[in-house]
This record gives sequence, C-alpha cells and structure tokens, in this order.
Amino acid sequence: MSDIHFKNVWKTYHDQVVLERLNVNIKAGEFCSIVGASGCGKTTFLKLLLGEEAPSRGTIMLGEQRLRAEPGPDRGIVFQRYSVFPHLTVEDNVLFGLEMSESPILGRLFGRSRQRAKDQAKDMLSAVGLEHACGKYPAELSGGMQQRLALAQALIKQPKILLLDEPFGALDPGIRNDTHKLVLDLWRRFELTVFMITHDLKEGFQMGTRLLVFDKVRNDPQAPHAYGARITYDIPLNSDKRKFPVELTASLERSGSSKTDKKLLDFGPGPE
Amino acid sequence: MKRIINRNPNARVQVLLSLLPFVAVAVIYVFASEARLAENANDKLLPSLDAMFKSLTRLTTVPNKRTGDILLWTDTAASLTRLSWGVSISALLGLFFGILTGAIPYTRSLLSSFIAVLSMIPPMAILPILFIMFDLGELSKVILIVIGIAPFIIRDLQQQVLEIPREQIIKAQTLGASTWQIIARVLLPQLYPRLIQSVRLSLGTAWLFLIAAEAIAATDGLGYRIFLVRRYLAMDVILPYVAWITLLAYLSDTVLLKLSQHISPWFHGTQRKDASA
Ligand SMILES: Nc1ncnc2c1ncn2[C@@H]1O[C@H](COP(=O)(O)OP(=O)(O)OP(=O)(O)O)[C@@H](O)[C@H]1O
Ligand SMILES: [Mg+2]
Repeated sequence: MSDIHFKNVWKTYHDQVVLERLNVNIKAGEFCSIVGASGCGKTTFLKLLLGEEAPSRGTIMLGEQRLRAEPGPDRGIVFQRYSVFPHLTVEDNVLFGLEMSESPILGRLFGRSRQRAKDQAKDMLSAVGLEHACGKYPAELSGGMQQRLALAQALIKQPKILLLDEPFGALDPGIRNDTHKLVLDLWRRFELTVFMITHDLKEGFQMGTRLLVFDKVRNDPQAPHAYGARITYDIPLNSDKRKFPVELTASLERSGSSKTDKKLLDFGPGPE
Repeated sequence: MKRIINRNPNARVQVLLSLLPFVAVAVIYVFASEARLAENANDKLLPSLDAMFKSLTRLTTVPNKRTGDILLWTDTAASLTRLSWGVSISALLGLFFGILTGAIPYTRSLLSSFIAVLSMIPPMAILPILFIMFDLGELSKVILIVIGIAPFIIRDLQQQVLEIPREQIIKAQTLGASTWQIIARVLLPQLYPRLIQSVRLSLGTAWLFLIAAEAIAATDGLGYRIFLVRRYLAMDVILPYVAWITLLAYLSDTVLLKLSQHISPWFHGTQRKDASA
C-alpha cells in the first residue's frame, strides 16, 4: 500500500488551465470524496490519477515512484456510463479481468482454470447482489445493477486504488443507500484507497474519510480559461459518521447539493 | 381518432400489406403484357408469364447441348463464387484495416487519409487496368468487387471502432488487458455485427460491380447471360434472371442478418435462451 502525492500538479488543455498548483497527499486506505462545480476539473483529476492523462506540469507520486501515465490493473475505475462491456454477459464481464492476466494470448480461459475463475466471479457477484443475473447482458440490467456490475468487475482485480466518477448518479434513493453500504463495505474489506466524485454534498460527507472541494480561487471574467481550479477545502471527516454534528447534517440536507456552498464549508482548514 | 402515426397494423394486416405491392406489380405486368401481346403476338418486350415460365424451365432443367451444363445453375454458381470471394476478401480487409486504423493512432495517421483517397477512385474507371494486369479471368472480377466495396467497409469499421466509447478501452486497461487482448476481446466481438451490417449495405454495390465485370468480359455468370441474350431481345430470359438475382441478393441479406443475430445477440437486443445458466 502506498500513499499518493501530488506535487505542484497542473493540467492544461491547449490554453485552458483546468487544474493548477495541486499539492495534496493522500494516505493509503483513505476514502476521498470529491465535490466541485460542474466543469471545474473533477473528472480531469481522476484521469490524472488513472494515468489516462498526464500532468502538464508537476508530478504525481505513488509511494516512492512516479505514477505510471497509463491505465493499469493497480487502479480500478467505475465511470458514470459505458463502464461495462455490452457484448459480454454479467459473468463474462467479471471474468474479463481474470482472463486478461491468466491468458495473455487468447484472453480466454478454458476447463479447470475457467471454473476456478468462475467461482471467484460468483463470489464477487454475490458481494454486489448480482448472483442471479449471471447470464444477462448489461442492456438487460437496470442502471443500478450495471453500476454494481462495474464495481464487481473493477474489484475482481483487487486494485489498490479505486476511482469512482459519480457512480451513483443514475440510482434511485433506495438502491443508492444499498450501494453506499456496499462500497463502504468493500472499501473496508479490500483496504482500498477510494476517490469518489459526487454532485451530492451530503453523499460526500457521509461516505468519505476526507472531503476535497475543487474550485477556482481566481477568476478573470475577461479570460475565463486563464485560471484553473484548485483544492479549496480539504476537510478531514470523522470516520465514525454518527459523530458528525447533527445540525450540520440537517443543513446539508436542506442545501440540496451540487453547488459547493462556501458558507456551509467555512469550518474547514481553508485554502492552502 | 388516433393520429395515423400511432395506429399500428396487427400481424396479419402487416403481412397482407407487405405483399400488396408485389401483387400489384404482378397484376399490372400481366395486364400490360396481355395488352401488348393482343396487339402483336410476336412482341418481345413484355413476354407473358407463360412464356417466361417456359424459358425458366428450359434454363433450369435442360442441359446445354455443347457443354452439358444447365445454364441457370452454372451461371449462378459462377456469379456467387465471384461475389463471395469479393465480399469475403473485402470483409477481411475491412476488419483488418478498420481495427488497425481505428485502434492504433500511429497506423491511423499512416493510413487513414490514404484509404480515404483510395476510396474516391471510381472502380469502373480502373477496370481496364485490372483487365490489362490480371487478364480477363476470375481474378480481375473479384478484384473489381474488392476495390468497389472494401474502402467503404474499411472506413465504416474505422469509424465504428472510434465510436466505441473510450471508457471501455480505458476500463479494459484497468483490468490488465494488453493491446492485443483489447483488440481480441473488446473490439473484435463488438465489430462483428457492425461488419455484417456494413457488408449488408455494400451487397448491392458488390452485385453492381460483379454484373458490370461479367457484362464486359466473361463466359458465364448471371450478368454475362443477361447481356448476351440482350442481343436477341430475349426478355423472357432477362426478366427471370433479374428476378433471380434480386431473390439471391435478398436471401443473402436475410442470411447475414440471421447470422448477426446468432453471433451477437447482445447487439440485437435479444435475450439469450440460457440466460440463467
Ligand atoms: N479532452 C479535453 N480537451 C479539452 N478540454 C477538456 C478535455 N477534457 C476536459 N476538458 C475541459 O476541462 C474542464 C474540466 O472538465 P472535467 O470533465 O474535469 O469537469 P468535471 O469537474 O468532471 O465536470 P462535471 O461535474 O460536469 O462532470 C472543462 O472545462 C472541460 O471543457
Ligand atoms: Mg465529470
């Protein structure tokens, strides 16, 4: 298990600065909730962690080493959409990760090794409550089931880091609660480091051990692209959620979510 | 009264409606043919159904005196062989170059404009070149079909690869897949139904080039026969041949659709029968 260090990381697209001067250390095993206005660079932050994008400046360290700028099996991801393979059944979607490592040429397992992998996939599928949907195609699943499948698919590789990009956006409140419990459970069980983007501030508070708020510190109305977002608040959260101040939870509930309400967050350590 | 866009025929009416245009054309033909034949019994333009049936029987049962072949079957075999070679080679090229240019940025830079330009060459314009280079034999006809449809299939599949959500490719990498494994397990299986779709769309074009090639240089084949008997105004042969070609084209289209539904049920939204297995 290794910590993650962002050292003065910038990300620009052409002349648009998306993220600037990110300096943040994340300990292994933390559960970071990420909130921020739409378009401020949260997904970009995940892409940097994933290695899909490289920082324009600065470095990201994973333990003692630079983070490899290519997606790999040590970092799992659940996208908001298109996260599972439409041409594979539920079971094959979960088997996929095992087949990749065990069968480099064909990418398929047969006979006894397939059976072993299948048993493993079965366990994972029951962990997310999908053991009865093994033979279905993703298109035959509800949105929530697809997201749970995506989780199972990612977790079977036992990644050290799990990245979740608004994984619960499409879920109704009931399933949402179940899935929250599931994710927290899996996070504890597999000792993951989790990064979860959410538009729901309350969800962010509830789930994480740490809340990262992304926002632009400076803004030039003449040149909206000149400045990027930074982590404006970095709030350690009680890992025991019940100790969370009741009145704050209530006010969060009232505030709805999506927009980061500065006043509401003013108890945090503030900008660096 | 519901709006007409909301009113759906039931199953039986659907079948009847779909048959109606065929029946209408047949009836109109019979009347027109009878009218012309009543004026001039030797009229060749619109032969009676009876006459067409007779020549069809002759074409499908009586062996040619010189060669012993039964014309319609040898022509069909010759044409279908050329067509299947041409279409299969094009499909393979489409799959190969479609993936090569769709999945790998370097080969895309290398090849995609080249292929785009190649696809603009009018195939018929280079038919003489093919005849000069490959003689009048089978090869030049197959190559004409390939030149005619392969660029379309390649470009279509390249586009299809690019349209597969980037998320899936990233996801596969986070599950430890190599480039080769991504091609074999993510791209290829998702391209099969799209390839079949693409082939179905290019079948009409493939027939066009086949018949053109046969009309110009061949000694058998459906296109060859039609253009041969044109000299004698033998509409009683041409019309059944055209109907036969149409039927073949329609059947191959249907077979391809069924094949696609069989190998990629997920693409067609049909549930697998062993869903709970
Ligand atoms: N590939 C790209 N090329 C150019 N600009 C990009 C690219 N990806 C993202 N951007 C820009 O970066 C900014 C941040 O995008 P990002 O997707 O990270 O936002 P986000 O915080 O995830 O928003 P949302 O909450 O709506 O998902 C946006 O202004 C977007 O236009
Ligand atoms: Mg986003």
